[in-house]
Amino acid sequence: MGKFLARRLLNYVVLVFLATSFAYLLAATNLYPRGYFEQMQPPPTPEAVNAQLDALNLNDQTPLAQRYTTWLGGVLQGDFGRTIQGGDVTDQMWMKAGVTLRLITVATLLGSAIGIAVGAYAAVRQYRRFDKAATGVSFFVLSVPTVVIALVVQVLAVAINDGLGFQLLRYSGEYSAGFDGAWWELLGNRIHHAILPTFVLAVALFAAFARYQRNMMLDVLNADFVRTAMAKGLTRRRALLRHALRTALIPTITYFTFTFGALVSGATFTEKIYGWHGMGAWLIDSIFRQDVHVVAAVSWFMAVTIMAASFLSDILYAWLDPRVRV
Amino acid sequence: MSTIEKSTEPAEAPTVPPAPNRLRDVTRQLLATRRVLVGIGILALLAVLAFVGPLVSGWEVGQRDFGALLEEPSADHWMGTNRTGQDIFTQSTAGLQKSLLIGLLVALLSTGVAALVGAFAGYFGGVTDKALMWVADLALVLPSFVILAILSKHFVGQGGWLVLVILLAAFSWMVTSKMVRGLTISLREREYIHAARFMGVPPHRIILRHILPNMSSLLIADATIMVSAAVIGETALSYFGLGVQSPDISLGVVIAAGSSFATTAPWMFAFPTVLLVLMVLAVNMIGDGLRDALDPMSTSRRS
Repeated sequence: MGKFLARRLLNYVVLVFLATSFAYLLAATNLYPRGYFEQMQPPPTPEAVNAQLDALNLNDQTPLAQRYTTWLGGVLQGDFGRTIQGGDVTDQMWMKAGVTLRLITVATLLGSAIGIAVGAYAAVRQYRRFDKAATGVSFFVLSVPTVVIALVVQVLAVAINDGLGFQLLRYSGEYSAGFDGAWWELLGNRIHHAILPTFVLAVALFAAFARYQRNMMLDVLNADFVRTAMAKGLTRRRALLRHALRTALIPTITYFTFTFGALVSGATFTEKIYGWHGMGAWLIDSIFRQDVHVVAAVSWFMAVTIMAASFLSDILYAWLDPRVRV
Repeated sequence: MSTIEKSTEPAEAPTVPPAPNRLRDVTRQLLATRRVLVGIGILALLAVLAFVGPLVSGWEVGQRDFGALLEEPSADHWMGTNRTGQDIFTQSTAGLQKSLLIGLLVALLSTGVAALVGAFAGYFGGVTDKALMWVADLALVLPSFVILAILSKHFVGQGGWLVLVILLAAFSWMVTSKMVRGLTISLREREYIHAARFMGVPPHRIILRHILPNMSSLLIADATIMVSAAVIGETALSYFGLGVQSPDISLGVVIAAGSSFATTAPWMFAFPTVLLVLMVLAVNMIGDGLRDALDPMSTSRRS
């Protein structure tokens, strides 16, 4: 078991290294940092541009291999280089990661909890009205791109605010600029801003989880051990909760970790539309700013989260399901 | 003479039940699934709209009517105009056309790659399997969104959207290929595959002739789901200006242009969005129905 996990982990580390290197090389050859400096007003002299680029290790006149080794040397010591404006990428990355993780942790917990509850109940009531409604709703939601959900919710929020005459729903930014007050007021302000983006992410996740959990639950409902449990004299509710749902949750938990990892990049659109300065929004801005190091750092972060999630789901699965233990 | 002639004629065959015609069975099953029928109906209507719409609207794609800037739907402009006087109906239907094409091409390409990679990995096993699945793992880890966004400048110009199609396909074959590999491993030990192998049929022929046709239903259902995934991905990229680039136009581009006017000029946003949601919904209905109809394990699953 330990050997198996160690080999898995090593494989993941190699994959993360390759993915990040690939992203760096691609960004270094396709983005054009020189253009960023040349566009400045007043236009700097070519010497000044070169000096800037050299200082940042972004000069396209330096051979790519040399730039790559310099960058890699830094990364191995935990330094992801500098942003094109001269800031430290590593510092900023943890700040942005915090924003993203805050947003998606709440959203995945909320969405998956509701989704699991609805899906499991729908399976118990198969073909009844609740099941039909739940299946229909989740099917519809899954067919609407998150971008569209985010935009429609935003448009509705604007309409509601206009109708009420005051700002009931906040749809832009993480907190009100220049807002001042005691810590609980600040916290309240932040939560107020988080409601809509969290809701958008949670809705899409709810649909996916409801569908998944319903299928898993249906597989288990007719199993012999559930019948045995009821035959032993357990109430139907107890048999379903204790025996059926527990078993049906095992695959869902691994699905949960996987979703969480994928959502780091999946939340990009929601972040950008709602003006949250998280990883995804940072990535898109830095591509337009021709910022090679930020792009590489974000790729690293996304690869690491996906790998961590799938490693975690390997462990969880082995822990929860005795059949896969080796 | 006559005796020789007689001997070449096929002997009187004993009456056997007609060979099961898979295609006919599947078609019958599909037509019995209401979801699939509705989906095909909607998709057919959308396809007609996409290819005929830009021709009958009376306006060219990208043409500007400076007499009608940001105007509400009228007899002249069926779905209104945007800020630069472009006809929303024409733009949206032309965009729908491109989005449909992108979805179909990506699904075709990625399912093809997935089938080949998965089947070869599963059939040969050993080093081939390890190498191919490692490539699939790597492609899963690569941040596809980042790569597509970095390369977006190559989507400009004539045929640039084809590059987008290839890249979208390059990042969507992995999961299906793993599924195909699993199925191939179980098919590999069947008698008819053994028989073919002992008769000296080369491996690539066995894979193409015997293994892949046997999982065609799965592949078709999966390709359908892939269409909607590709369309959603394309829309998201285009929304940020990192997908289809002008002068090409896709639904994502039209929606992005309309989203900032969603409260002041709702027609700019509503029409393309409704088209997009309808298309994805129709494709999902077909794919979902197909999977139910074709997969014996999942019958009686859904209402």
